[in-house]
Amino acid sequence: MWELLLVPGKPLLRLAAVRAVTSDLLFPTLFEGDPMTPSALLEIRDLEVQFGMEDGVVRAVDGVTYTIEAEKTLGVVGESGCGKTVTALAIMGLVQSPPGKIANGEILYHRGEKTTDLAKLPPKGRAMRAIRGNEIAMIFQEPMTSLNPVFTIGYQIMEAIILHQRKRKKEARRQAVDMLREVGIPLPEERVDEYPHQLSGGMRQRAMIAMALSCNPQLLIADEPTTALDVTIQAQVLELMNALRKEFKAAIQFITHDLGVIAGMADDVAVMYLGRIVEAAPVREIFHAPKHPYTQGLMHSIPSLTRSRERLVPIEGVVPDPSDAPPGCGFEPRCPKRMEICKTEMPPLKDVAPGHSAACWLYGGTT
Amino acid sequence: MTTTPSDAVLLDVKGLTKHFPVRKGAFRRVKAAVKAVDGIDLFIREGETLGLVGESGCGKTTAGRSILRLVEPTKGTIVFRSRRMAGSAGGVREMDVVNASRRELKALRRDMQIIFQDPYSSLNPRMTVGAIVGEPLLVHRMARGQERGKRVRDVLGAVGLKPEHMKRYPHEFSGGQRQRIGIARALVLEPQLVVCDEPVSALDVSIQAQVLNLLEDLQREFGLTYLFIAHNLSVVKHISNRVAVMYLGKIVELASTERLFVEPKHPYTEALVSAVPVPEPDYSVDRIILEGDVPSPIAPPAGCPFHPRCRYAIDVCSSDVPVYRDLGHEHFVACHRADELSLQPIRDVATTSKTDASA
Repeated sequence: MWELLLVPGKPLLRLAAVRAVTSDLLFPTLFEGDPMTPSALLEIRDLEVQFGMEDGVVRAVDGVTYTIEAEKTLGVVGESGCGKTVTALAIMGLVQSPPGKIANGEILYHRGEKTTDLAKLPPKGRAMRAIRGNEIAMIFQEPMTSLNPVFTIGYQIMEAIILHQRKRKKEARRQAVDMLREVGIPLPEERVDEYPHQLSGGMRQRAMIAMALSCNPQLLIADEPTTALDVTIQAQVLELMNALRKEFKAAIQFITHDLGVIAGMADDVAVMYLGRIVEAAPVREIFHAPKHPYTQGLMHSIPSLTRSRERLVPIEGVVPDPSDAPPGCGFEPRCPKRMEICKTEMPPLKDVAPGHSAACWLYGGTT
Repeated sequence: MTTTPSDAVLLDVKGLTKHFPVRKGAFRRVKAAVKAVDGIDLFIREGETLGLVGESGCGKTTAGRSILRLVEPTKGTIVFRSRRMAGSAGGVREMDVVNASRRELKALRRDMQIIFQDPYSSLNPRMTVGAIVGEPLLVHRMARGQERGKRVRDVLGAVGLKPEHMKRYPHEFSGGQRQRIGIARALVLEPQLVVCDEPVSALDVSIQAQVLNLLEDLQREFGLTYLFIAHNLSVVKHISNRVAVMYLGKIVELASTERLFVEPKHPYTEALVSAVPVPEPDYSVDRIILEGDVPSPIAPPAGCPFHPRCRYAIDVCSSDVPVYRDLGHEHFVACHRADELSLQPIRDVATTSKTDASA
């Protein structure tokens, strides 16, 4: 995240101001958007992200399609290596290139009636930089490694405000203190001058959230924001995010592997496996009527705090290496319900119930 | 599935304390102590699983390692009843772990083993799986040559790995398989007690379930006793017969799994349980949000260590250390107000499927 917030010296500021005037991107029109999908904020279509490695191409994201609606929270669940973080980095234009590249697909970002394809924007270009950290912000998993250890947290929050909102330093500082207070950091006037190492893990994550929200983003991408935290601190941060979501009216893409967190946070859920979305539905549907065998397997493999103790039903085998993915359905080698067609043909994601889609041959369909 | 622990106590820990010195200044004088483990009492019955939960820094890992004397305890007694060291006559021999000599300790290591959290850093990358799993047999002179190979193959089979895996190196395995290698290494000496230190925390959920099932199967097959250290309450509830909750170096509550979750007696347990995200969209719970962070174990608060964050705290909590006592049915708790408080249990819990040891 640092690269987009690099040293906001004064000459740079003036430059940014001039550019802002000439850039039509910064002036969203007043009309309400696309009549077809009135509330869609971000639409991802057939996104493919590939990494060129020594021994071939790894398709980390392999044809992902989903929509995030304004002011809604989309939970993205999946195990390590399923491509959930890479998808988020692609939205932010942060896929490192080389070796990575967006090989195909669109990331359509709707503002008013204007639509921008983020996948086509040069990642370091002016337009992308005006969006990243401003209209779309991201919270990373490890607050210790994603904050810069040699700058105070106040400075790091002010950077975003000065850069994107063209505020004076004094004003930006006041705003940074307000944000720290907003996210529940005690004594914000003092904390603003502290360095990341002086804060506890929970406080650092709060500072990250303050930074992400400081420019009032339309979309907040939270990548495992509470995974590194203890359960009581996690509860604090989740409660904070729920409160802020109502206040700031931002859409959230919440990435996690923890089904418990998803159940409490998300409106809609997308389940990823091996670079693809295997199932997407509203949160109750996913938990009460999961359709894809992988989703069903996940539900059975977690020990429950509330249900009586029964033997877990694990998913057999391991996730295949993405560079050696099966030709048909990625889940076929581990699937208890696999059929002949699954070995050779990739099932498309299609509707199995209203608002509920799954990519599985069990629910019929053709290639 | 249901293991039936016997009444025989295998491990009895009293007043276990581990303070790490904090040295400062030119002469490296001891200026303070990190009270990682600050006087804990617990016992483990043969064949049962005792869960030890708590947040990071509460001392649960140090407690586990002190019990094995991987770190030297500062104070306290640890009594282990070894079957093997009783010799051919049968019965058990009570071993004083804290004062054991080097030779006795080495012999004890055959009976007390550990499974580590991180299957990536706890296996030597330059040794083959066969060498890793067979090494304890060499060290303890329990098997050599063909016999050693056979025992390694047997134990690999028991944890779900194949004989041909012996010639491979750790990096060739996935996280779940590496954890199986770590388990095989711990089990090859046929120990009585295994300390499992966050054995599934580094694994993905679908693999976690495989390893948890494996640990349960091995426990039944070999009559193992587990001290299961973890921060994930759902996992601990799933695998344990009894659960101990640690906070700032102390056990605040210890009870059978059912009692602990249905009738929690310590406010910290209540808060911890209510904070767990439940994978159920309609689950509603009065989530107790604890204020602030865990205090530093260098200077824990006076009185009850939990009182600054406790919503039920009264005056006495900030002055007197609560006594760790048995409320009946082996429900131990360290809280001044344990008798009067009625705390929130988890909802919808169907009672007993694991044997209530006190019943």
